[in-house]
Amino acid sequence: MGFSSTKDEGGVTVVAVDGQLIVGNRQELKNLVQDALEEGDRKFLIDFAGTAYIDSSGLGALVSISKKIREHGGELRLAELNEDLRALFELTKLDTLFAIAESRTEALANF
Amino acid sequence: MTAPLRLTVRRSEVAAPSEEGLAAEISLRLPSEVVWIEEAVELIARHCLAGYQSSSRFRFRLRVALSEALANAIVCGNGEDPTKMVHIRVECLVEMVHLHVTDQGSGFNASTIPEPVLPDDIENPCGRGLFLIRSLMDQVRFNDRGNSICMTLHRH
Repeated sequence: MGFSSTKDEGGVTVVAVDGQLIVGNRQELKNLVQDALEEGDRKFLIDFAGTAYIDSSGLGALVSISKKIREHGGELRLAELNEDLRALFELTKLDTLFAIAESRTEALANF
Repeated sequence: MTAPLRLTVRRSEVAAPSEEGLAAEISLRLPSEVVWIEEAVELIARHCLAGYQSSSRFRFRLRVALSEALANAIVCGNGEDPTKMVHIRVECLVEMVHLHVTDQGSGFNASTIPEPVLPDDIENPCGRGLFLIRSLMDQVRFNDRGNSICMTLHRH
């Protein structure tokens, strides 16, 4: 369980969430994004293909990260949410706050 | 790391799936550290699901609501004090489960917790746990002190 970060050809920082994004590890993701912002990264994609579950703390962390990226003039996109995770975003109306793509390829297109 | 989780399961004699009544009572105590949430949820879910016909809706909702209730109990209720315990008691019935999560905190008034789904509150990073529980469970009740939640979920 953890996070891995890579940068694609277009300069997008792609963060893959392996396992869960929950109260126990959300700070690690926030720190990762904060460090990347300080290094000048502005385009972020979080890939949930390997993610089984996001709890409310994880959702809150994504909200904080989104605000932080916008404050730096950047953009955040999410991709590869499974059916259950997408239901959580819809239930909490966070699907209206985030740019959510079906796939990593779709998210990276025209980023 | 050895798990300090203490699980007890008491099964009663329920012969047929159509028969009403308590099939099993599960009890689990865990210290107030968030690292135990995942294992506690898996243990409880395994016992709630074993031998019963349950929908995928039930499986998902059970895990989400229990995770949220445990996080609330550990972080908000017990202030992550590892000397304080959280007690889970589950009444497993054929048609439904009742999940009780109790902490050793002073309790809170659930009616005062805002629900951050309105446009003005959508960017509030907090408060979604209780909202998710209320949205996903069929019934939610608190004791008078506010340190114990009872959540009911039907299997189908």
